[in-house]
Amino acid sequence: MTGHGGVVAAATGAEALSTELPVGRSTGWWGMVMFVATEATLFACLLGSYFYLRFQYGPQWPPNGIGDPELLKPLVMTAVLLPSSLPVVWAEHGIRQGQRWRLRCGLAATMVLGATFLALQATEYAEKLKHFTMTTDVYGSLFYLITGFHGLHVLVGLTMIGWLLATSLRGGSFGAHRHERVRNAAIYWHFVDLVWIAILFTIYLSPRL
Amino acid sequence: MSTTTTPSPGASREDLARLAEHWGERPSLRAWFATVDHKRIGRRYLVTAGFFFVLAGLNALVMRTQLARPEAGVVSPQEYNQLFSMHGIAMIFLFATPMLFGFGNFLVPLMIGSRDMAFPRLNAFGYWVFLFAGLFMWASLPFGAAPNNGWFAYVPLSGEQNNPGLHMDVYALGLLFLGISTTAAAINFIVTALKLRAPGMSLNRVPLFVWAIVATAFMVIFALPALNLDNAMLFLDRRFGTHFFDPAAGGNVLLWQHLFWIFGHPDVYIIVMPALGIVSAVLPAFTRRGVVGYPLIVLSIVAIAIISFGVWVHHMFATGLPQLSYSFFSAASTVITIPSGLQIFAWLATMLLGRLVIRVPLLFVIGFVVTFVLGGFTGVMFALTAFDQQVTDSYFVVAHFHYVLIGGAVFPMLAGIYYWLPKITGRMYHERLGRWAFWLVFAGMHVTFFPMHLYGLFGMPRRVYTYRSEPGWAGWNLVSTVGSYLLAVGLLLVLVGVVHAVRRGRPAPADPWDGDSLEWSTASPPEPHNFPVLPRVHSLHPMWDERTAESVGPGATSDRILSEGRHTLFTSELDAHPERAVQMPEPTLKPLVLAAALLLFFTSMLFAWYPVAAVAALTVAATIAVWLWPPRPLEQDLKVVP
Ligand code: HEM
Repeated sequence: MTGHGGVVAAATGAEALSTELPVGRSTGWWGMVMFVATEATLFACLLGSYFYLRFQYGPQWPPNGIGDPELLKPLVMTAVLLPSSLPVVWAEHGIRQGQRWRLRCGLAATMVLGATFLALQATEYAEKLKHFTMTTDVYGSLFYLITGFHGLHVLVGLTMIGWLLATSLRGGSFGAHRHERVRNAAIYWHFVDLVWIAILFTIYLSPRL
Repeated sequence: MSTTTTPSPGASREDLARLAEHWGERPSLRAWFATVDHKRIGRRYLVTAGFFFVLAGLNALVMRTQLARPEAGVVSPQEYNQLFSMHGIAMIFLFATPMLFGFGNFLVPLMIGSRDMAFPRLNAFGYWVFLFAGLFMWASLPFGAAPNNGWFAYVPLSGEQNNPGLHMDVYALGLLFLGISTTAAAINFIVTALKLRAPGMSLNRVPLFVWAIVATAFMVIFALPALNLDNAMLFLDRRFGTHFFDPAAGGNVLLWQHLFWIFGHPDVYIIVMPALGIVSAVLPAFTRRGVVGYPLIVLSIVAIAIISFGVWVHHMFATGLPQLSYSFFSAASTVITIPSGLQIFAWLATMLLGRLVIRVPLLFVIGFVVTFVLGGFTGVMFALTAFDQQVTDSYFVVAHFHYVLIGGAVFPMLAGIYYWLPKITGRMYHERLGRWAFWLVFAGMHVTFFPMHLYGLFGMPRRVYTYRSEPGWAGWNLVSTVGSYLLAVGLLLVLVGVVHAVRRGRPAPADPWDGDSLEWSTASPPEPHNFPVLPRVHSLHPMWDERTAESVGPGATSDRILSEGRHTLFTSELDAHPERAVQMPEPTLKPLVLAAALLLFFTSMLFAWYPVAAVAALTVAATIAVWLWPPRPLEQDLKVVP
């Protein structure tokens, strides 16, 4: 079969051309949204378990003189993680207009922010582990499970972003007509960001209420 | 194998040849492992789930043999614990849901007029994970390391101190592993039903079976995470010394039960709902009319899906301290009454108003109605708390939930097997053999489980490996055991019937039942591309409607033939307006590799080979990265659908 004119055919593949039409959501979009829905439910159960165990435990929380969690570092981490969604948005808009440089720069910026977040979390763990561990008591178990599970999600998100960055270095992987993968990874990253707010509230702020 | 192909006059010979070239698979070992065809995957789901059903059924036979007379010594108490636990786990997780998802896999694309599922590779991946997770759990039984704590694995009995060994690690890891498959399949069903329906199949023309599968998939999405979290915490507690369920360090054993039943309440519907969908799909062909009250049934499906979560919340708020010893099947059956009662009345009305054609599938549907309604009666009885207290954890409960599960899931599945066998295999089954099977299964079921009501009321507790002769339970127990052998013979006849059909059966025409939904417009068995011309749907019963038939006849436009590649059509979510043609993925081995890497991961977690687990995790990540690598820009272009 013959292509519809050299330019389009050269720049895009079959799949890509189809995304050019401004009609409807793609299956990939729906798939990612459903995946995020089930993941969000998982986090909801996790945070629900935290509150359940906390209120079943009694008035003194965190128990055994662990003390209220330090706030400074988590707030810095929040300040690093939350804005990291912006470069993704900027990159996604860029690639829709075919600007690959915006895609690359935006993704790179997000990578830096996300990695900083993880590094900060590592230093936080290093401090906390001196006081209590996962096996100290139920508070320790919850703290490390919840923050660790979120950290794992950040890592997965970073892997996605890094993967996008790597593929985007190859010409033609993404373009004005082919950016579905960017959008899907972006959805995931925004989700990981938003969940952090819930965790910040649950783990760090709620014991002080 | 294809015996009666109805060449669609709408597609030219060249179109058909091109479609066959793009979609066909040359038989080879690699093709067998690499296939992404939803029909082959669906068939595999059915066969594999059937195999696990046989294993779990054999467990049950051993249990019944042990319980046939007092103080028998067929198995030791430890073995008995593993037998009933594996029986329950396998029946619920490895048989019921995967079997129904197998029907869904085979049928949903055919019923909605699509050429495959939305994510064919994910589909293949889901199957392999299901297979591996099932084998992972079953493999523990010969080593005496199978789960031994009942199918809901309550802590503290399932904790490390009380239950050392691998038993409950197998449970936690196996269910986590399986959860990946179930979630993937659920997402796939939802997206397929939203985006791949044939043009014209607006939401009010979607077959009831598809509605049921989609509602089930939504329940999976929102219910399964609770179970996954529960199992993750159980594993962490057991293996890495955390304290989620350890009251001595601030944990709480009730947390297990809360999370388990957040999942467990909807799970009953997850099992029963698609089976009810089968009933709605089978009835029209044997009553010669559409199911009465389509909008009401759709409404009740949606209502059940939502209420199934509300029930739990309500349950918790109302009682403060939840009474979780209360059998969850009872609660489920109580609340399911309104919407599912509505469905039962709709089916009865359909049968009354229609012209009955008594064939084996209809017999099983009638058997379903009788058995399920009886299960419903005993369910309502549990609502009387005093009565509930009396019979909790007795054989009365065992009787009740087998009525619900065998009546509500197994009978519809058997109806479905007979009904769709011609479509799946291209052969007709033997009618007389089928009738024998039905009567044996039906009689066997009631002879086995009806007496359990009685000796349950007489006080026999469940989950005991034997009993003494004094209480006088022996006679009824023997009846149950005889019944279970009868049931087994009936099920064996079903199997014989299937094998006979595949080997010797009369070739099936495309539409042996004069059915109403689109799968009957394809060849028996369907071509790899399903539809030479994607139909344009004009009514709820497209096969009974002239205009839909015309749409695949001469004059069909090329935007519904799409023979230039491996293409199918996206349509809009609500109205199914055509949006665009899309390229579907080719067969690939990556799903198998990914599933195998996960198997390695879970196995090494089980045996505490953590470095191996780390390598496996990296393999998983690498495989996914390669899987999703964007294709090189293609030279050719895709025709744009207006
Ligand atoms: C095929 C014939 C079947 C027979 C003869 C049978 C027999 C039994 C028996 C005797 C028990 C009680 C064990 C005890 O409490 O000591 C049991 C438990 C159970 N059965 Fe079946 N069963 C059959 C089919 C099914 C099916 C189709 C399902 C579900 C789809 C199922 C699900 C269960 C569950 C969940 C339990 C509870 C396990 C536990 O206590 O943890 N069974 N079965």
